[in-house]
Amino acid sequence: MDYKIVTKDLNAYFGEVHSVKGVGIRIPKNAITAVIGPSGCGKSTLIRCMNRMHEVVRGARVTGKVLLDNRDIYSSQMDPVLVRTKVGMVFQKPNPFPTMSIYDNVVAGLRLNGERDWKKLDSAVERSLKLAALWDEVKNQLDASGVGISGGQQQRLCIARALAVEPEVLLLDEPCSALDPIATAKIEDLLFDLKDKYTIVIVTHNMQQAARVADFTAFMYLGELIEFDVTKKMFEHPEKELTEKYITGRFG
Amino acid sequence: MNRYQYRRTKNALASCLALACVILALIPLVYILAEVVMKGAPALSWQFLTNRTTGTGEPGEGIGNAIVGTLLLVFYAALIGLPIGILTGVYVSEYGNNKFGTTVRFFNDVLANFPSIVVGLLAYALVVSYLNVGFSLIAGSVALAIIMIPIVANTTEEALRMVPNSLREGALALGVPRWKTVLKVILVNGRAGVVTGALLGIARISGETAPLLLTAFYSNYWSLSPTEPVASLPLTIFRYYSSPSQVLLQQAWGAALVLILMVLALNISVRFLMWSRTGRSKAVRKTWIIRLSRKT
Repeated sequence: MDYKIVTKDLNAYFGEVHSVKGVGIRIPKNAITAVIGPSGCGKSTLIRCMNRMHEVVRGARVTGKVLLDNRDIYSSQMDPVLVRTKVGMVFQKPNPFPTMSIYDNVVAGLRLNGERDWKKLDSAVERSLKLAALWDEVKNQLDASGVGISGGQQQRLCIARALAVEPEVLLLDEPCSALDPIATAKIEDLLFDLKDKYTIVIVTHNMQQAARVADFTAFMYLGELIEFDVTKKMFEHPEKELTEKYITGRFG
Repeated sequence: MNRYQYRRTKNALASCLALACVILALIPLVYILAEVVMKGAPALSWQFLTNRTTGTGEPGEGIGNAIVGTLLLVFYAALIGLPIGILTGVYVSEYGNNKFGTTVRFFNDVLANFPSIVVGLLAYALVVSYLNVGFSLIAGSVALAIIMIPIVANTTEEALRMVPNSLREGALALGVPRWKTVLKVILVNGRAGVVTGALLGIARISGETAPLLLTAFYSNYWSLSPTEPVASLPLTIFRYYSSPSQVLLQQAWGAALVLILMVLALNISVRFLMWSRTGRSKAVRKTWIIRLSRKT
């Protein structure tokens, strides 16, 4: 199996707080990997280390290795800006740019990196919005504000925005936690369609969601990776007792 | 009286108290405005606005050179002070999470509350005396710029801090470099606050008097040269106010009215500009329609 991202003895800190502890995980290529675990177990921090967004927070630091296609993204030759164009991210709360139209939001990454060719931008908008299953809903109001649409649409707009820069990996940090079941179902369908082209890592609180969409599931607890396996096996025959307890809801 | 009634009474009482305080705070403002309009309006005439000052109290003199002088002083001060102030605010907000940033923030606060006469003294020592320019427009502008910088920097910083972190992260996660994120996302989202800061700064320096005494000094003549002394509205008021001549006294009130109107006009016009920017979406729609029609 091909692995897109491999972490080796990854540790992440917020000041003195050690929130990811020696995690080694191998994220398979062109598959959906879910990361589950209770709040504060370090799952968001783990994926934020995979596109160097962790270090954006004040006082945050990382040790260990994160290999993207066998190249360490934390080596001194790697430009974090370049890493982030290859590894896109969608956040928990939809965060379209309020001063930009839907059109401008989708191509924000391209335009801010200097793309001026209207033809390219136009086609990127159509392609990304279609990929994000939003095109039919907004194609007649591309000039409307990016924050004037519903929360579910905003989140798909953010996914389109991330896809427009043509990343190889898409990290999703609890993308459905602020959405209703219908919008959630749309995003889950979308992830299925995307996995042919992209490697997807999704952090979720929702175990049903992990079971529904993920090919592989990782369970984290108190900053450590407890178990990582094929989703079906993980949910039916977990190896660790802790995992079984969490999955069956008998925790604490 | 039961507890519910007691709470309602307390609420009503607090509301009344707050309202009373608002009225109390408004009284001086309304009083000053009324006084300035009543005493200043009779002085206003075309020749008052276009003729130069003489200081003799003879008929036919005006404050034209003082209006131009104040506009020039503020213009040059804004030219120096706005970029420095805004960039300082950007630095402290976006890059200042370190000791140096904290130090800059501290000195900004100190400078913002500095007596303006001391700033005038500094500009005097630096420009008038050390650089040997003499009393001049540029010396006055430097003094005003120094007063303006901390105000602009502080409001810019606060405005940028109000921009949600999720937008910063959203842009960075798209692989947008830090400086472009700041310029194209953070500043754009915080622009209302930044413009307010610029306005506050300009309004504040428009009425500064003390530092101008030591720097721009005064001139009864028309002067556009940056190295010559120049008249200003606040100093005109200051000179005429103590004059025994009734004509000059009335002209002082007239100058005060003009000064207030200038600041007010600036405020309103910028607000209006900001407000009409929402009309921009129409322009966006047009370009989109043009592009669509070109494609099909």
